Amino acid sequence: MLSQNVSFRNKNLSRGIKEWLDVLPFIGIGFILLAVFVIYPQIKNIYMAFTNYNIMPGQVSPWVGLLNFIKIFHDDNFLLAFRNTILYGIVTVPCQMIIGLVIAVLINNLTRGKVFYRVMIYIPVITSWVVVSLIFKYLFTDGKEGLMNFLLLKLHLIGSPIMWLENTWTANLVIWLLGVWKGIGWVMVIYYAALQGISNDIYEAAKIDGANPIQVFFNITVPLIKPTTFYILINLIIGAFGVFIQVMLITGGGPLGTTDVLLNYMYKAAFSDFNFGYASAMSVIIGIVILTLSLFQKRIMRYSEDNPY
Amino acid sequence: MKKINFPQLFLHIFLLICVAAMIVPFLYMISTALTKDTYIMPYPPILIPKTFYTGNFKEAWLSNNFFRYFLNSLYISLISTVLSLFIATLSAYGFARFSFPGKEMLFNVYLFTMMVPGVLNIVAQYTVINGLHLVDTYSGLLLLYVGTGIAGNTFFLRGFFESIPKELEESIIIDGGTRWTIYRHVILPLSKPALATFAIFAFEGTWDEFFVALTFIKTEIKRTLPIAIMLFQGEFATKWGLVFAASLIAVVPVILIFVVFQKYFIRGGIQEGAIKG
Repeated sequence: MLSQNVSFRNKNLSRGIKEWLDVLPFIGIGFILLAVFVIYPQIKNIYMAFTNYNIMPGQVSPWVGLLNFIKIFHDDNFLLAFRNTILYGIVTVPCQMIIGLVIAVLINNLTRGKVFYRVMIYIPVITSWVVVSLIFKYLFTDGKEGLMNFLLLKLHLIGSPIMWLENTWTANLVIWLLGVWKGIGWVMVIYYAALQGISNDIYEAAKIDGANPIQVFFNITVPLIKPTTFYILINLIIGAFGVFIQVMLITGGGPLGTTDVLLNYMYKAAFSDFNFGYASAMSVIIGIVILTLSLFQKRIMRYSEDNPY
Repeated sequence: MKKINFPQLFLHIFLLICVAAMIVPFLYMISTALTKDTYIMPYPPILIPKTFYTGNFKEAWLSNNFFRYFLNSLYISLISTVLSLFIATLSAYGFARFSFPGKEMLFNVYLFTMMVPGVLNIVAQYTVINGLHLVDTYSGLLLLYVGTGIAGNTFFLRGFFESIPKELEESIIIDGGTRWTIYRHVILPLSKPALATFAIFAFEGTWDEFFVALTFIKTEIKRTLPIAIMLFQGEFATKWGLVFAASLIAVVPVILIFVVFQKYFIRGGIQEGAIKG
């Protein structure tokens, strides 16, 4: 009985090995690259967060325990960057979602020209962050020659040119505006796809019952696209934690670090101050926040797939 | 006379205002690039170009190794697209059609690595690349681009490969073909449309990549376009015409590809993030 069991297990084992040898030529290179450049760095990042990491080869990187983490929560500049990141999310996420949804619904109700509008509104999404950041920097130039100041002066909304990038809140406003402007097209496309999935019969029935377009929107459309709304919401929140390039290119964190965001601040800590351990600790904290959001999203998405309505 | 449909007209007017908000910034960029002497900003601002001065494009193209940066970007984007495509199709085929112990667990590891955005690993990745003595080399850049894309790309293509009917493969097995025959003569030809979409996304993703290139490339001559444009702006802070001419050279190919293949892009938007170079 026992020997039978062993030989059975051996057969299973050798079959398993054979299967692995068969598949290895296909998944081998990919797995090695993933392991070396993603999995290992992810683990190493956590380790580095507990050390005073020294980049020079052969030098020791002393273990400092929780010191980096303690330092972070006493670092006013980190807290400022954290606040700015949260504010960026609070401002840009709802704006992108509402405007994107409205545009998607309007395009969906068109009889012609759908493709034209979808393509035009999507163009900012596919344009590189570097270029659109520079465009916005130029739009919001100080002095009366900048297009934004020019328009606002012409419309008599302001009395004198605004120094957009010299003040904390106007500089943040420029960063938010760019975030919203660039993200609307993505939200529109995802919502548009979801709207396509709603059967016309439901709308017909509502019309027969005498519902007006506003009622139809709030009582039929909004509830039916709830899973999509959730998907977009979490993706945009995760995206907000990734805000970085426009801050770096438009304000560089200025004036006086008051527009710094988390990634920006982490990047400076690592590659300007060479505080690798400290930067790693920051990325661990940001990573935990984002991972929690992702897992939460997975859970809810699975739930809403099981219970579509 | 045809009756005017007022609700539709109203929709079009509203949407055209939205389109204007999306397009005016680009128009402003183009006009500036076409204006001579932008050391001093023109007042009033020029939204519709009055002249078509092409000198900025010429100057941008010829100055500061710009042509070289263009070639660098082209080279890196092409190589990384080809490598990503090759490795991702192999991996995805492995996961789609082989059974082996621990397969789903391994695949979940792939998925798990995608949950934390790549930018957060940059510090540790720097130490890895530094340890391999590949900082400031294209090999280091390519390894990172290909390596960080594998999980998402495998995920994206696996689903696609699984939808290909298995019957086609059985006939090849009966004729004495191997897994490689199936991969080359069934899977790849049948997924041409998906692979084309994949290639476009991968190419554009690498073409615009900023963060990794900024961190790992130190030598001036090895820079890629996004970095070159950023530094261009810093160097010629007041020569906006020149900066935008350079930006347009970098952006126009991307927008053209988008307009031609827009239906793939707009569908692909749903899987955005799945394909990195």
